[in-house]
Amino acid sequence: MFWIEVSVKAGFPDPRGEALQKDIHDLGITTVKQARVSDIYLLEGTLAEAEVGRICQELLADPVVEEYSYREAPPSQDEHAHVIEVAYNPGVMDPVEESVRKGIRDLGIATVDSVRTAKRYFLWGELSAEALQTICDKLLVNSVIQHMVTKREVVSLPSATYNFSLETIDLLPMEDAGLMELSKNRLWLNLSEMKQIQGYFSRLGRNPTDVELETLAQTWSEHCVHKTFKGKIKLGQLTIDNLLKSTIMRVTEELEKPWCLSVFRDNAGVIDFDGRYAICFKVETHNHPSAVEPYGGAATGIGGVIRDPLGTGLGSKPVLNTDVFCFGPPDFPYERLPQGVLHPRRIFKGVRAGVADYANRLGIPTLNGAILFDERYVGNPLVFCGTVGLLPKSMSQRGQQQPGDLVVLVGGNTGRDGIHGVTFASGELTKDSEVISSTSVQIGNPIMEKKLIDVLLKARDQGLYRRITDCGGGGLSSAVGEMGEETGVRVYLEQVPLKYSGLSYTEIWLSESQERMVLAAPPGTVDQLIELFASEDVEATVIGEFTDNRRLQLFYEGNLVGDLDMEFLHHGLPQLEREAVWEPPQHAEPDFPEPPDLREELLRILGSWNVCSKEWVIRQYDHEVQGGNVLKPLVGVNNDGPGDAAIIKPIPDSYMGIIVSNGINPKYGDIDPYWMAASAIDEALRQVVAVGGSLRRVALLDNFCWGNPEKPDRLGGLVRAAQACYDMALAYETPFISGKDSLYNEYETEKESICIPPTLLISAVAVMEHVERAVSMDCKQEGDLIYIIGTTYNELGGSHYYGTHGYVGNNVPRVDPKKGKRLMDALSAATAKSLVRACHDLSEGGLGIAAAEMAFAGGLGMVIHLAKVPLGEPINRDDFVLFSESNTRFLVEVAPEDKQRFEKFEKMAGVDFTAIGEVRNDKRLEVYGLSGEQVLSAPLAELKEAWQKPLRW
Amino acid sequence: MAKAKTLILRAPGTNCDRETAFAFAQAGSQVDAAHVNELLRREKLLSDYQIMVIPGGFTYGDDISAGKILANELRLKLGEEIRRFVADGRLILGICNGFQVLVKAGILPELSPPLTLAGNDSGRFECRWVYLRVNETSPCIFTRGISTMYLPVAHGEGKVAVAEPGILNVALYYADETGNIQAGYPYNPNGSIDNIAGICDASGHIFALMPHPERFVRWSQHPRWTREPWKEYGDGFRIFLNAVAWAKSI
Repeated sequence: MFWIEVSVKAGFPDPRGEALQKDIHDLGITTVKQARVSDIYLLEGTLAEAEVGRICQELLADPVVEEYSYREAPPSQDEHAHVIEVAYNPGVMDPVEESVRKGIRDLGIATVDSVRTAKRYFLWGELSAEALQTICDKLLVNSVIQHMVTKREVVSLPSATYNFSLETIDLLPMEDAGLMELSKNRLWLNLSEMKQIQGYFSRLGRNPTDVELETLAQTWSEHCVHKTFKGKIKLGQLTIDNLLKSTIMRVTEELEKPWCLSVFRDNAGVIDFDGRYAICFKVETHNHPSAVEPYGGAATGIGGVIRDPLGTGLGSKPVLNTDVFCFGPPDFPYERLPQGVLHPRRIFKGVRAGVADYANRLGIPTLNGAILFDERYVGNPLVFCGTVGLLPKSMSQRGQQQPGDLVVLVGGNTGRDGIHGVTFASGELTKDSEVISSTSVQIGNPIMEKKLIDVLLKARDQGLYRRITDCGGGGLSSAVGEMGEETGVRVYLEQVPLKYSGLSYTEIWLSESQERMVLAAPPGTVDQLIELFASEDVEATVIGEFTDNRRLQLFYEGNLVGDLDMEFLHHGLPQLEREAVWEPPQHAEPDFPEPPDLREELLRILGSWNVCSKEWVIRQYDHEVQGGNVLKPLVGVNNDGPGDAAIIKPIPDSYMGIIVSNGINPKYGDIDPYWMAASAIDEALRQVVAVGGSLRRVALLDNFCWGNPEKPDRLGGLVRAAQACYDMALAYETPFISGKDSLYNEYETEKESICIPPTLLISAVAVMEHVERAVSMDCKQEGDLIYIIGTTYNELGGSHYYGTHGYVGNNVPRVDPKKGKRLMDALSAATAKSLVRACHDLSEGGLGIAAAEMAFAGGLGMVIHLAKVPLGEPINRDDFVLFSESNTRFLVEVAPEDKQRFEKFEKMAGVDFTAIGEVRNDKRLEVYGLSGEQVLSAPLAELKEAWQKPLRW
Repeated sequence: MAKAKTLILRAPGTNCDRETAFAFAQAGSQVDAAHVNELLRREKLLSDYQIMVIPGGFTYGDDISAGKILANELRLKLGEEIRRFVADGRLILGICNGFQVLVKAGILPELSPPLTLAGNDSGRFECRWVYLRVNETSPCIFTRGISTMYLPVAHGEGKVAVAEPGILNVALYYADETGNIQAGYPYNPNGSIDNIAGICDASGHIFALMPHPERFVRWSQHPRWTREPWKEYGDGFRIFLNAVAWAKSI
């Protein structure tokens, strides 16, 4: 074995070392004077020393800024520094290893058998053993995937052999207690489901095999089948039979939009784009894996959601990503951190890096998103990732295989990755989660996915397959099991290409290894398909065939190891029955007096975690790749103002655009999830309209992240939120086309169960007729008028203003969607006539924040008069008018010469609007109160600094 | 007039091939995108083209260091074809990852000092717009007639670093709004020595730059197009027009 170390030459900066030193400092350890990081490569094989030298010189070390050393054993400890070496656990594959092997082969050296990578950290300065341990635990090692190297590393895994023996489970004689014992921590099914399975097998007169039982558990998991949403829910007098069908899916049916091409039946919802192309959109969460291993969890989260559009219709090209994260506050005290939980700052940094590294490598622009903070996300962070795909309209329907078609697995190899990921996502997290789930996390391999996308779209255009689906949660079991439902399918599990030997047939079937897709290919084109994939170095393997017997039949080396009736597998799940209650909570009403200085109040909200600038994150995403963007996430005179929604022009020679926006505000859910959901929909639509879009062709996605639905109060809130989705989407005429839910987001400590705030993310995708009608939110021109459109109410319940004073309150913002639609249509009409110079929607922090953001993004100045703001009810406090978060409101900049024409549109719609101020060039924000006196005056530089400072990491 | 044919070289992880192809097509070239495997198998021949482009991306994941594996592949397996292509006076353009590949394959700079593209001083991937000033004394074909440009960068390893001082054929500098080429971060987004953003060879036929001209060919790609006077096309487009015009004259 050769142990190679590559490090930065003295005299050149080591940015990784500097970043580490800063992170250590952030932990409160200030004695580290310098930190450096080096890369370790362990090579095993028959190698001459000259060959090792060549590998180092020509491949591993940069000749200008790096130096290398190699030896046959790791060196002993350095006396001058604390040295920590960190390597991946056996079975965790670093994609770099494969690249190193290829690089060595390209050098003409064919005798390297295996490669492992590691990192070595050098810290100089006084450090106690305890401080060193803290640095390792908090920054350097995540025990789920890594370990500190203390003895000689094993480079190649011992080649394990798997000796086949059929496992059956003695299910038939089991009593209730036995059934539940079997289910616990393995199947996560309830008693009636377990009994249903027992009944099925007793009718067959035999016990199930392990793979049959696991397949059922996985197919029937909350994650895959959404049984809460499809169950029977009793709420007071009301019985809801299938919440999903009676709210979210129902509204789409009732609206009957002809441009909805494929809804709720494929991996993503599909709408018509321009008659020639269609667009599809999917947003998913990857919460539990991100809590345990933020980098890998988030990377595989984005990797997974990208495969949804790829597996929609006959396959679409991903053109845009959007990400929304919910974390604990970055300044959360370490001493309050529950055992087994990673600090929010580490989760934040890891998730950000995981998403960026994966999406950037795939060349998909991350153009839109949000980051929210709340202490209740400490144990359960939420990571929403979404992808928009573009595909020919003629390929927008899910394909259909025919009996005799072959099952072709394409992409990466299969390992033990993620086994039990799906069932794990259907249970609550505990401090043991790290241990239980250690096989549930893997490192993504973005280049494998990129290769897969490139060649797959070629195969699509050549018509080489009939149907496609992604291999995600639940692995082959889910992908092939679902695909084969209408026909039947036989799978030969020993045919599946493996990362390493030793996997049992059940592990092969359930593995959630990433970067795989499943195709149904006619026998006549399969050779051509495999050859095409091989030409771009992607494996494609026939692993089975579709039949006509409507059975799922699994074989391993000629042995039948599973045989299930498709009807039972997909329709045998008993409908769940659950109780829900809803009692509106009563929060204390704020009783603080009106502060004399609203400047301080505004600064505090601007600098709050939720509102502050996210530029640090945005600039680490490639939001320019593909060259399609029209409105970027950061806008304004210095390219740093907060844009409302992203617009892309996906087809180079067409001027039509896609707008993507997100609405989310869990703070309102603490008062009433109904109005939280209504507000989220309103917000997503406001952003579409603010950037110059219209409601003409907007589709919505829902993503519910909730606590344990077995607890009636949690479920009651869920029902209310779903009802709001129906009511709002119907009135706004914006159908839902797809959605997802993640339940059981609770963290069990010894004392209590900490539930996340009920969180609904609404994502909107809109078709824009002409992208050059786009409007950005930054103020443009001195002397322009500033209008507020919409009505302001005393609605500060759940507002950021109340929050900064330690209150929630009860008067949550409501939505009048009929009026809202009139208002948004009128504003869109004005925008289409180019009468709007800038437009920003009012959301967190209300009028005050919107005005400040418009002003500092434009680098001009603004004066506004609160006495002119149209009120829906009497409000006698300046602070309430300035910071109310009433929905369906916009600030609009209009040139004085366009005043009449602009007002005509708003008058016709019969909505509240008033010019409340104007743009100045004094680089100040000035606000005059209800009595006409000045209540706020601040230089823009001060406001912007308060807004940029918190996340300037 | 002769036709210009451009080859866009793809490898696993290339991700700017389509927009680069579009820019060349708009500029009047015939464009083919070819996977590196197609060149290795001689299914496509470099000698059929006047322009070869290595576009942006993360070839082979940028594992080990950015562009390294593709650079070795080109150097060891296509070295002779590339030498002939250069000797014939044809054009090579490397954008972002392509710059990294050309340098690490030893194609640029053709004379010492050894140069590399190291990790950004900020320690972060940076996606931002930069002001650029063209070295008007450079022989670079691609930047002829251009004095300044505004283009986006998006990279984590874009810092030009040299082992020892020496003379480089600098074609492009990072600058500020006023054209000052001594401006620091974030104008110089990566800490490049002497604010170098792009270099060329002595003939001016081989040009490599970190910023992405293909991401600014239409005006509405400008980050402030909603507040500035409308223009016919984006600053990056001139680079493609220059290349195609030259290729047609060969």
